[in-house]
Amino acid sequence: MKSFAFHAAIVLALFALQFVLPAYHHANAARIMVYAVLAVGYNVLLGYTGLMSLGHAMFFAAGAYGVGLSIYWLGFAPLAAFGVGAASGLVLSLVAGLFLLRTTGVAFLIVTLMLAQAFFLSTLYFNGVTLGEQGMVLTNVAAVEAFGTSFRLSDPTVKYNLALAIFSAAFLGSLWLVRSPIGRVLIAIRENELRTRMLGYNTFAYRYLAITVSGTIAGLSGALYCLLFSYVGSSFASLQYSTLPLLWTLLGGAGTVIGPLIGTGLMFYLIDISSGFTSSYLLVVGATLLVLTLWFPKGIAGTLRSRWLGWLP
Amino acid sequence: MDIGPTLLLAFLEGVVGASVLALTALGLSLVFGVMRIINIAHGELVMLGAILAWAIVHFLGGGALVGFLLAMILAPLIVGTFAVAADWLVLRRVNYDPERTIVATMGLLFLAQQTVLMTFGPDAKPVEAPFYFRVNFPWFGYNGYKLLVVAAAILLIAATWLILSRTRMGLYMRATQMDAEIAQAFGVPVRRIYAMVFALGAALAALAGVLVVPIQQAHYLMGADPLLLSFIVVIVGGLGNLRGTMLAAAVIGIGEGMISVLFSPTLAKIVATLLVALVLIVRPGGLLREEAA
Repeated sequence: MKSFAFHAAIVLALFALQFVLPAYHHANAARIMVYAVLAVGYNVLLGYTGLMSLGHAMFFAAGAYGVGLSIYWLGFAPLAAFGVGAASGLVLSLVAGLFLLRTTGVAFLIVTLMLAQAFFLSTLYFNGVTLGEQGMVLTNVAAVEAFGTSFRLSDPTVKYNLALAIFSAAFLGSLWLVRSPIGRVLIAIRENELRTRMLGYNTFAYRYLAITVSGTIAGLSGALYCLLFSYVGSSFASLQYSTLPLLWTLLGGAGTVIGPLIGTGLMFYLIDISSGFTSSYLLVVGATLLVLTLWFPKGIAGTLRSRWLGWLP
Repeated sequence: MDIGPTLLLAFLEGVVGASVLALTALGLSLVFGVMRIINIAHGELVMLGAILAWAIVHFLGGGALVGFLLAMILAPLIVGTFAVAADWLVLRRVNYDPERTIVATMGLLFLAQQTVLMTFGPDAKPVEAPFYFRVNFPWFGYNGYKLLVVAAAILLIAATWLILSRTRMGLYMRATQMDAEIAQAFGVPVRRIYAMVFALGAALAALAGVLVVPIQQAHYLMGADPLLLSFIVVIVGGLGNLRGTMLAAAVIGIGEGMISVLFSPTLAKIVATLLVALVLIVRPGGLLREEAA
């Protein structure tokens, strides 16, 4: 109960934040929340099932392309396009899961990398449809008609609150998942898969579920990104977009519900500030990865939990 | 051109690609076999080798041939030294834990890439081939340097093989691969062997970089393709299995080269990547058998 109240308070705080933030940080916060959805999805797999993926870019890109292609070529309405994006993420994770299920540990990581790379190369190969690296800029996004008024997606307030809505759903959903009996089994798999199987759980089914949930949430993030920022390109499927959620999750603390949000926000501003004085901002990413592995393997929230806040889920 | 000569050309290109790939993958496979770690930054070692070759030829001068020979000696030494430093400062501290090593080497990947970007800039750097001669087939002439690359790669692989099978250090390496703890108990300096293997793997990657640079120019992002392809080779061949790695490098390198010439390089990479998924279906579990042991 305490933990639910804590996380609900964070959502409320994010809602209140939009009335005090200056325009620049207001826009950043919306972007951070969209990215945080990706990190939340990633954390389900890394933090709670113990599977490290290097291929979440493909789920993110699948969601983004689902929205982008259906609006750019078919002129879909935003809501329908979002549905297409979410469905693409779901279908891709169901299919990819069938392959990924056969592997764990380091092999899992390599195969996710391979599949994501195949996806990335395919977006380049079929550049007649996807427009390759240049990508699609959506200029014909229609307004959403709801509650008797029409919302334009280019309006910052609409952006912020839409991002907040999806983020809250993923955030509280992951909290519910990891505290549910299903989540307990996932954590058991993370700690010792063989023992969990001995106890009579079908660990394959649970791992498949974790991959699907994680991939679908990542797909939602991509769909939301494309809808709010009207762009999708090949780079969304590149290794960089697989590395970033790993970095965000590790920085915030893998295996904590709040970690992905902290990590995403902190890294966003670290890159934002450093790109002010160097074009090689990925240097910061590399250095952070090294510092994390060497000195803070538990991340920020993980360290907080082990030191002071034992109740943090 | 008829289909016959086209096929021959595609095959030659494939063989050149395969020999460079074999060299790169050998390093990756050796490191995995002995140390049980995956080096995500392996492709960047190829890139460092290539960019160092450019720097050596460009700044030390002395003509294309002398510069190139210097690069063949200096670049692997420098990259090997980096590798020893990385082993000492990073890998040893995380106790060669597989997942933490991956995150750490990914950090090294970005550091290497961005440092090269800041130092040498974003432009591709061409390096002159050490010599020019054309091998004249009845249908077309072929760049002789590329054939030299094949010969050099075969020689280097053979040399690595001799080190592994005929020297005391190679014996230590094989013993460590079989069981590090028992090897340690028998007085093998396992930590030093780890550092040496990591340096050897890095030096092989750097040599591959030096060899390709006259064909393909040095660029700070060039590490991605060698990394991807050598991962594919190493998985298909069986992680840590050197014979399997060499066989897979030959098959995949030649296949990739031929599809690249006949269709498109992107398609070739997609096919090679999906091949890994196929291998997974045909040989579930057997793929990384050595890892499970």
